[in-house]
Formats: sequence, C-alpha cells, structure tokens
Amino acid sequence: MSSVLEAPRPVEAAPRPDPMLPVPFVVERTQRETADTFTLELLPQGGGRFPFDPGQFNMLYVFGIGEVPISISGDPAFPQRLIHTTRVVGAVTKGMGALKRGDALGVRGPFGTGWPVEEAEGCDVVVVAGGIGLAPLRPALYEILAHRERYGRVVLLYGARTPDDILYRKQLHDWRGDFDLDVHVTVDRATSAWRGNVGVVTTLIPRVPFDPYHTVAMVCGPETMMRFTVLELERRGVPAAKVWLSLERNMKCGVGLCGHCQCGPKFICKDGPVFPCVDVWDLMSRREL
Amino acid sequence: MEALDPLLAEHPFLKGLTPAHIRTVAGCARNERFEAGQFLFREGEEAHQFFIVRHGKVAVEVGAPPRGAVTIQTVADGEILGWSWLVPPYRWRFSAQAKELTRVIALDGRCLRQKCEEDHDLGYELLKSFADIVGQRLDATRLQLLDVYATEPAGRHR
Repeated sequence: MSSVLEAPRPVEAAPRPDPMLPVPFVVERTQRETADTFTLELLPQGGGRFPFDPGQFNMLYVFGIGEVPISISGDPAFPQRLIHTTRVVGAVTKGMGALKRGDALGVRGPFGTGWPVEEAEGCDVVVVAGGIGLAPLRPALYEILAHRERYGRVVLLYGARTPDDILYRKQLHDWRGDFDLDVHVTVDRATSAWRGNVGVVTTLIPRVPFDPYHTVAMVCGPETMMRFTVLELERRGVPAAKVWLSLERNMKCGVGLCGHCQCGPKFICKDGPVFPCVDVWDLMSRREL
Repeated sequence: MEALDPLLAEHPFLKGLTPAHIRTVAGCARNERFEAGQFLFREGEEAHQFFIVRHGKVAVEVGAPPRGAVTIQTVADGEILGWSWLVPPYRWRFSAQAKELTRVIALDGRCLRQKCEEDHDLGYELLKSFADIVGQRLDATRLQLLDVYATEPAGRHR
C-alpha cells in the first residue's frame, strides 16, 4: 500500500500522433455514388487501425493540391479501413475524385464530437438526412444497427434533390428490406420515372410512427433544412433537447487553434461538429455568423 | 356501409371538433377508391371536394409544357388533400393522380361550406385545421424553392 506522502508514479502515456501531421493512406477502392459524389476506401500505409466515433471527420490532404475536412462515412466496427464519401465542388475534391487504386492521400484526424448513439439507447431514434448529409450519419446507423436490440424504433428519413442524387441507393434498399430500420426517401424534384415520395424531407416527419417523448433525433444536411427539421420535430412533440445537429464551417486546423471554423463561442472542429440543438440554435439563426 | 363518424373522430385533422360537428362532417363524407393512374381531380376543374387519404399515395401535379406533368408533392396515408374548395373561385390549381391503389374519404365541399355558414363554430374549427395544413404546405414549398441541396457550399462533406 502506498503512503500518501509518496509521489504517484507518472503513468506512461502512449505518444499521441501530432494532430497537425498527415498520416499517409493508400486508396484501396473508389466508388462512384452519383454524378458528383464518390466514395473512397482508404487503408493506412503500413497497416494498422483507425478507430473513430460516428460523426467525426478527418482532414484529407491531396498531395500538391490541398486539404479539406470530410466526414467519415464508414462502419466504426471495421476500423481497418477508412471510408469517405465526398462531393466534387472544388480543386481538392476534384483532385480526390481523380485518385486511383494505389494512390496516396494524407489523413489527419479523427476530429470532433460524435453522434449520441449511447445516449439514444432505450429510445426511438429518428435520423433525418438531407443530400450528402447522409454520409456523416451512416456510421451512426451502422453502430445502432449493430446493437439494434438496445433501441426502440429506428427511422431514417432521407431527402435528396432528385432521384439521381440519392446516395447509397443499394444500401438504403437493403436496410429497408431488413425490417430493422424504417427507411423513407423523398426527393425535392421528381422525374416522371420516379414512383416514390416527392416533397422536402420535413414532410416525412408527420408520417412515421415514433414516440416523440422518448426519441433522440440526429439531423444532418444543409443548415436551412436542419432548421426546418427541428421545427417540424418540435411540432411533432420532440423537444429540442433531444435533437442533435451536425454543423458545417470552414475547418482548417481541426483542433480549435486557427479559428477558421469559429461560430460565436464555438469552434465547430473541436466543440462539434455534432452539437445538441439547444447549444447552437441561437447561433444558427444569427446572420452575422 | 361503413360508418365514417369513428374514422373522422380519430383523425388528427378533425381533433378540435365536437361529436355533433363530427356527425355533421360525416354527413358530407363518403368513401372512394382510385386505381393507380386514376385522377382524383384535374387542374382547372371546379373544386368542390377535399380528401382524407386513408391508404395509398397521390401525386400532386402541375402541367409544365414542354416537360409535361411535373409532380410537386406526394400525399400519403392519413394526409389531407385539397383546399381549393374552401376559397373562391373554387377551382383546382393542380391535378391529383393516384400513384397506387388509393382509398380516401371524400368530403363534399359545397355541403361543408353550407354547414359552416350555418354553424360558425364548425367553420372556425375547420378553418383552424386548414390554416395548419396550408401553413405546413407553405413551409415545405419555401424549403423546396430554396433548392438547398443544389447550393451546398464546399465544406466538411465535400
């Protein structure tokens, strides 16, 4: 038994990798999702694992072009490979989309907070995704479905711009077929061949059965869509305290140093990107931020 | 013939109505079914009905030459379809086509307008319910107009 006078022995902490230093990964597989989105499957150069929480993001560095923040969209149960779904909008993502199997990519992360998958245990879960916002929510769905017995009803409401913009189409189909997950998809603009729902994703909220008093909602998409979603959930009886949102700003350092992603008193990269709605609701409606 | 009073009394849209009002509304209601492809109403026709969708899916469409008919919304189980019967000139602004076998409760607008004129309490409750529906549709339409997925800026998901 040690005396109180003895100084405690310092615990040897495992050396943490420098968060500013990209780690090399290799492209294992690329998958075209829609006309302007693609998925990269990455393996760490030299092997290893990459554990992460659903909702976290990485800074991906395309050598010679630049670095962008991209949410992780793979299964947390398989940390041997890293999966990112990305939309082509600028030079870096265009360069990323041109990568082939065997090409190298720098990765920093994982950064930020995750979805409240543990807090949601025992509750119904309503996942509302808009556009490419489904990508950061997919790891949470994997995690929830891996422990399905811990949750009540699990509902995925997904809105896309057109039928051609629907992400993970096959997986949505499979999930719907498994009866574990209540999947509803809608599009804002339909083609004549589309036989599914037409209308914004918020119109699905009144249609699905869940207990609003025992529900946790996870929402990701364009900020306007998230604001409307929170209001519709509130109309349905889900308090804002039970709603989590994933915010998006111009993340650069990923660790709350540079201030590029500052939103009022919050650093989105470090305090978020996943926030309880009540912590950010006022910030979201402020035009100056 | 199925009594519609219990169905109407349970529907959230009519939750503010007294049992007497429910009986009045039921007096203007009947069951109808539409096969896939059949129109419930067409743009430009006189609007003297609204519908509570019991089961199925209805596409609300607008003719937009040269694109043809464009679906702007789908209405599904439990939802309300149509409010043109409520305000002059009582003419449908859109068409509604069943996308699958659809069962509805059809409510006669002329009958209801008459009842509402005779009983303003009923009229007030119905107008409150329709104001809620119109507000929801307006919110959804505004969000749809914003085309939010087309304008997502560069960021974390990209």
